Amino acid sequence: MYLGKVIGTVVCERKYEGLEGRRFLVVQPLDHRREPSGPPEVAVDTVSASPGTLVYLVGSREAAIAVSASQPPPVDSAIVGIVDSVDLP
Amino acid sequence: MNLCQVLGTVTATEKHPAFAGRRLMVVQPLDEAKQPAGKSFIAVDERCQSGPGDLVLVMREGNGVRQLLRDKTLPIRSLIVAVVDEVDVPGLPEVT
Repeated sequence: MYLGKVIGTVVCERKYEGLEGRRFLVVQPLDHRREPSGPPEVAVDTVSASPGTLVYLVGSREAAIAVSASQPPPVDSAIVGIVDSVDLP
Repeated sequence: MNLCQVLGTVTATEKHPAFAGRRLMVVQPLDEAKQPAGKSFIAVDERCQSGPGDLVLVMREGNGVRQLLRDKTLPIRSLIVAVVDEVDVPGLPEVT
């Protein structure tokens, strides 16, 4: 899992089953200092995040499970939480 | 598994139900000489009670996490599975 900032949205009309009704957001992955760590990616939103929000994501198979555990859709990045704070003592 | 140092914690109110009641830690992967190696990421601490500064072992494999936590529907990929007391790699200067 990793931190990221929502920087935009993606709209897709034609898509695989399982992706209907899902929100796609463009996310910039961040490290703990909130510096970019890697290129932006498109993630499915499970928590109603909006652009500008600091979030955390899960990748790979777990992203599909986060969207639907019973029928995992073709997804490899999902937003699974909206970050209130990152405490680094 | 990765040797990591716990840097801090993440709090999130709005989250996937699988993360309810689970502690989220920011961890930094380390090499065998305990130097930062790679990008920091987030791991769940279920029962190791780690805190900032602790050296930990992090499993980064979702199937293992689901087996360990006995829930096939968990979208959790990184889990802190041990707090490290000591790392001994002969040939490297010992750091505690």
